[in-house]
Amino acid sequence: MEDNHSINSSTLINNTQLYGLVSLRVLIGWHLLYEGVSKLLNPYWSSAAYLLDSKWIFSSLAKAIVSNPTLLTITDYINMWGLTICGLCLLLGIFSRYGALGGMVLIALYYLFAPPFIGLEYARPGEGSYIIVNKNIIEVLALFVLYHFPTSHLIGLDRLLFGSKK
Amino acid sequence: MKELQPMNDESKNNQEIKRREFLKSLATIPVFGLFLVNLWIKIRGDAQKRKNLMLDLIQDKEPPAIISSLSDSKHLNIGVIGYGGRGSHLVRGVGFATKGWIDYAYNASKENSLHKAYATFMGQDDLNCSLVGVCDLFDVNADLALDASQNDIRPGGKPKNTAVRYKHYSEMLKQDHIDAVIVATPDHWHSRITIDAAKAGKHVYCEKGLTRTFDEAIDVYDTMKKTGMILQLGHQNRQVEANDKAKQIIDQGLLGPVNLVELTTNRNSPWGAWVWTIHKDGNQKTIDWDTFQEPSPNKIPFSQEALKRFFRWRCWYDYGTGLSGDLFSHDYDQLNQIIGMGIPKYASSSGGIYFYKDGRDVPDVWHVTLEYPDRDMTVLYSATLSSNNSRGNRVMGHDATMILGGQSNAGGVGGFRVVADRESTQYRERIEKGIINTKYPIYNYSPGSKQIDGVTSATSQYFANKGLLYAYRDGKRVDPTHLHIKDWLDAIREGGQPKCNVDVAFEEAVTCAMATESYLTGRRVEWDPVKRRLI
Repeated sequence: MEDNHSINSSTLINNTQLYGLVSLRVLIGWHLLYEGVSKLLNPYWSSAAYLLDSKWIFSSLAKAIVSNPTLLTITDYINMWGLTICGLCLLLGIFSRYGALGGMVLIALYYLFAPPFIGLEYARPGEGSYIIVNKNIIEVLALFVLYHFPTSHLIGLDRLLFGSKK
Repeated sequence: MKELQPMNDESKNNQEIKRREFLKSLATIPVFGLFLVNLWIKIRGDAQKRKNLMLDLIQDKEPPAIISSLSDSKHLNIGVIGYGGRGSHLVRGVGFATKGWIDYAYNASKENSLHKAYATFMGQDDLNCSLVGVCDLFDVNADLALDASQNDIRPGGKPKNTAVRYKHYSEMLKQDHIDAVIVATPDHWHSRITIDAAKAGKHVYCEKGLTRTFDEAIDVYDTMKKTGMILQLGHQNRQVEANDKAKQIIDQGLLGPVNLVELTTNRNSPWGAWVWTIHKDGNQKTIDWDTFQEPSPNKIPFSQEALKRFFRWRCWYDYGTGLSGDLFSHDYDQLNQIIGMGIPKYASSSGGIYFYKDGRDVPDVWHVTLEYPDRDMTVLYSATLSSNNSRGNRVMGHDATMILGGQSNAGGVGGFRVVADRESTQYRERIEKGIINTKYPIYNYSPGSKQIDGVTSATSQYFANKGLLYAYRDGKRVDPTHLHIKDWLDAIREGGQPKCNVDVAFEEAVTCAMATESYLTGRRVEWDPVKRRLI
């Protein structure tokens, strides 16, 4: 892990910043963890419905995944376990930069497979009103911030593993 | 203890730093704990809800397994009489497709990876059969059937025997080496061919509706019983897992008393209204028109009108019964499979030709009321050929309603859902406690929901919603037509009766005949089960 940009006690202007970043990390971790766990607990969950409704540049890739049971199963596992593991990393502050990176990739894919662009109509009902910007892309950016301002070596299990000066 | 091991200031400081280090490392653990507690509450709550819902009430039985191939048992020689659209599908169910169809399905799967027809066909069990006899009054179709019998791109590879064409079905029935025949002619030929075939010692797979008239139904029933030959009627819904599940739910009384059932057909395309293509090669030389119209009450000389009637026969009572034999029969049989209500005491029907004013004499909007006073139940059937508004089929109980097909189809095919009634007696306590929410289904069945296929056309979607296109066995998509053929062949080989045997076929035929009779005579028709006649 590169730590040129890491916040440490000397670069922190105040603790409020640290607590803000840690809270953001914990909340996103909670969100991803539950997204993953709820899928793991539901034997009928599949990414197929989401993929079939995919629009824009990845729609043919989505179709190819759905039409191949092996690929679909792999995709399902990547999502279920990927979200669970990234969620745990962020929440507990363990390898949390990897967690942020993984979460960023997953959520960016959700965005790219179904972006809220003008003219793209989706079959599933939306839970909000979006034009270009939706909560996914905001969460991606939040994870981008967390990746570049890691906090787990200050508050989190990484501190125990690698020490705060890491 | 402290006095025995006194700490100096420095070590105290170190200890304090370590303690703080440790606390900071574990600072988010309580949040994780909170997460786990909430997760546990959620899981426990869901489990409790599920326990109180139907999932637990339904004694889950194993899904029907894929019956292993009987390919090492007796090889069967099959003949097909009538190789049109449906006939060719049935023959694919046996395992034979034309080169043209293989090319079409293969290319379609290359263009669209969600097009599964080719994979589904090639994935079928080899049923250890040969297609040895072909009979069709249209030369083009007969040639296609011969082509299919020779094609070795099929499950099981090179066919053992290939087909011979017979100009008339009676010639085919004389062939000793033919074990069984598939009858997929227009309805006006069904009873005669079925009866002659059974008398000639051939087992019969006959397309629905079984017969065109009531008298024919009696004759077919009596002949099959007398000869002991095995009849399978072409209601492939009998192979659909969802219908077995639905039956389980109803058998356990989870809907409460059912006094009303609504069945619907909703189509809105010329194809769906039987305005089928008149083949460009169809003419007096390629079509045996005289034989075609031999059993029909009214006869016309060969002409443009005759050509229309030959290819769009469902539009005339001379050859079929319109909605009755084509679509009402399916919905009736599905309900009969689930509820087992049999032949009604009374049937009345009405409708008209309101949209397709193309010279047909069968209605395009048509409704039937079936009365079952012994069961305290009415079955309503309502059909339109000029609206796709999918109304689904509803089994309406005092405690809950089961919605099959149509709008109940949430992602899967051939699924259904059950919604509790807010005035239910059986569920009152659970509704009051908030365990059952009448806004949401208490049971949802979407087979194959983890396996998606590209059902695109509106008509395909219509059949898929009714569970007629695909069935699921162990999550694998199979064509119920193939399963239905296999069920018939298994019964031939092993003894026993297939799922849509002569008894239920007779119920279908009599019920459809009652509904048709009521429409044509404008009066309510009564079934006399003792004297086996219509009053």
